Amino acid sequence: MSAQVPIAAYLILAAVLFSIGVAAFLIKRNLITIFMSIELMLNAVNLTFVAFAHMWHQVSGQIFVFFVMVVAAAEAAVGLAIIIAIFRTRQTLNVDQIDLMKL
Amino acid sequence: MSPMPSSYLWLIPLLPFAGFLINGTLGRKLPRAAVTAVALLFTAIPAAIVAWLWITMKAAGAPEVIGVISQPWITITGFQVDFAFTVDHLTLIMLGVVTGVGFLIHLYSAGYMAHEEGYWRFFAYLNLFMFFMLVLVLAESFLLLFVGWEGVGLASYLLIGFYFKKDSAANAGKKAFIVNRIGDFGFLLAMFLLVEHFGNLNFTEVFSAISANPDWHGGILTAIALLLVLGAAGKSAQIPLYVWLPDAMEGPTPVSALIHAATMVTAGIYMVARCHVLFDRSPYALGVVAVIGAATAIFAASIGMVQHDIKRVLAYSTVSQLGYMFLACGVGAYAAGIFHLLTHAFFKALLFLAAGSVIHALSGEQDMRRMGGLRKRIPITFWTMSAGVFAIAGIWPFAGFFSKDEILYRTFTSDDPIGKLLWAVGLITAGMTSFYMFRLWFKTFFGPEKFKTADKDEHGHAAHGVHESPWIMLFPLVVLAILSVIGGWVGIPAALGGHNEIEHFLDPVFANASTAEAATVVVSHGLELTLAAISLLTAGIGFFFAYVFYYSKRGTANAIAHKSKPLYNLLANKFYVDEIYNTFIVTPLLMFTRLILELLVENGVVGGSGQAAGASAKGIGSLTRRIQSGNIRSYAGWLAFGAAAVLLVMIFGRSLWTR
Repeated sequence: MSAQVPIAAYLILAAVLFSIGVAAFLIKRNLITIFMSIELMLNAVNLTFVAFAHMWHQVSGQIFVFFVMVVAAAEAAVGLAIIIAIFRTRQTLNVDQIDLMKL
Repeated sequence: MSPMPSSYLWLIPLLPFAGFLINGTLGRKLPRAAVTAVALLFTAIPAAIVAWLWITMKAAGAPEVIGVISQPWITITGFQVDFAFTVDHLTLIMLGVVTGVGFLIHLYSAGYMAHEEGYWRFFAYLNLFMFFMLVLVLAESFLLLFVGWEGVGLASYLLIGFYFKKDSAANAGKKAFIVNRIGDFGFLLAMFLLVEHFGNLNFTEVFSAISANPDWHGGILTAIALLLVLGAAGKSAQIPLYVWLPDAMEGPTPVSALIHAATMVTAGIYMVARCHVLFDRSPYALGVVAVIGAATAIFAASIGMVQHDIKRVLAYSTVSQLGYMFLACGVGAYAAGIFHLLTHAFFKALLFLAAGSVIHALSGEQDMRRMGGLRKRIPITFWTMSAGVFAIAGIWPFAGFFSKDEILYRTFTSDDPIGKLLWAVGLITAGMTSFYMFRLWFKTFFGPEKFKTADKDEHGHAAHGVHESPWIMLFPLVVLAILSVIGGWVGIPAALGGHNEIEHFLDPVFANASTAEAATVVVSHGLELTLAAISLLTAGIGFFFAYVFYYSKRGTANAIAHKSKPLYNLLANKFYVDEIYNTFIVTPLLMFTRLILELLVENGVVGGSGQAAGASAKGIGSLTRRIQSGNIRSYAGWLAFGAAAVLLVMIFGRSLWTR
């Protein structure tokens, strides 16, 4: 690789991905889509970790990414199970209708 | 060495206070006998201690101050007031009166109040009064005296309003308290001036500071003295603050005897006498005291002549006699004033208690127009009351003769420019006193029986005919009657072959004052005898008129009253003083309170600020509660918005605070 991609490019990409994630998290009503937007935000963060790890030539950033991925995988497993359970009982995944906890 | 009595001083006021605590907290549950025992015991022991003090003091000769106990009370840089009790000869006389007469009246009350509701409450208040009164006379500083002063006012308020279900009693209590407050205001200002100019409130220090500077005259001392006079006029019911005392008769009769005749109302005279060092330096203030005293004496006596309520006659007579004591203090004859205080305590307590016995016998009747002929029905009350009537009328050799005569003599010989005028006023008052007292005597005990046998009474006990009181009530009457006869013999002047012991007894206290008088004492025994004869003659004239009007030619009084209708009405309506006060002071004050204080300050400022605080909280709440929607996504949105804001501030905002 001859031409270095500047760090700013990675960061801007990560920021864009993160913002999309936030926006989707706030706007979308389907629980699975919200779940996916969380994954998107996590991966945006992963991207910055990797970019900085590359920039500083340190592996700790990459190790963090692995941890994040492990957590995300665990979360996906548990989260999807919960989603299925909710769908079975409520016959819907619209978050506006799953608000029994609302005061 | 045998224990000094002074180490037991603190017991004197503290025991009645313990009695108050016991009866006040447990009294409701205790049987009446226990309440009586507590109340009597806790006043008898102080009386015994005082008697012991007296004996010790006699044995020890005549030291100026017998005992002091003292603890620092309030200490600020450059200013200290001690919690100090002291006993000198003046205090000893007061202690004797308060504990002795106080105990007798407690005894009497046990009989008089036997059937009343709130028996325990009555004795608790009575003991509370004893406590404060003893603090008042024992106090060694203006501040502690003021504590007692306020305390007796409180006890007086509670006891006047003892029958608090009766509107008139509750109002009388309030009136007494509020009128006294005006006087207390003067007392407070006087204390402020004392602190300002002496940096001290202890009697010893203030008085020695004055004694050490013989060139201090008038000026600030006059101001302090006049403010103290205002305080004394409130407590001792002098013009213009006397109006509360006649109304105070709404209280039970023993209270009238103890508080509103024998002890509390003499606190003003005691205070003036106690501060004689101060008053001696201010001839102007002394003049004011003398004029107030003489004016009050004749004013109250003239009202007393036409009252029909037996207790009201005695009330106005008390005001009038207090005027005599003021007059005595005003002409510098403090010892004579205290002498009259002593004898007055005996015969006025006796008169009130005997009147109480009459009222008791008639099951609550107080109107003299419905009495008469009681001489045979209640002989012991009659004889004891006669002793009191003769004493107050100034008939030789009863107690009142010597003390009143001493005051008149001292007034006549004083170097006060209007001394002769004051003497004439005092003399006329003496005649009037004799008249209204014998009027009371004749109307109550002689003539046809006008009372009707009560079938129902306000007094609480079963209806029975006119009856003599039980012995527990008669015993104090007899003791006080004896004292009313012989009490004056401690002050028989040299002109009548006595030694005027009381004056020599008080010499250590009034040493400064009596040096000036020493010159006049020598003047002539002839003059004193002449004056005594004149006042005896005046008393005789009073008796004669009362005899004619109310005994031999009944109806004469009514005819005269009818003929001089305007004058009679003026007197019967007490010179309309209550009405004048109502129109010019009470009503405007109430208007001011209702319009300015209630509408503007209470509803506007005080209530308004509360309302405004509530409304603003509500308004802000109604705005911000929209945020708390319960919609999880809006919370997440706020979270993201907040995080973004923090981020923006951290990135771009740095330039704002780092230059």
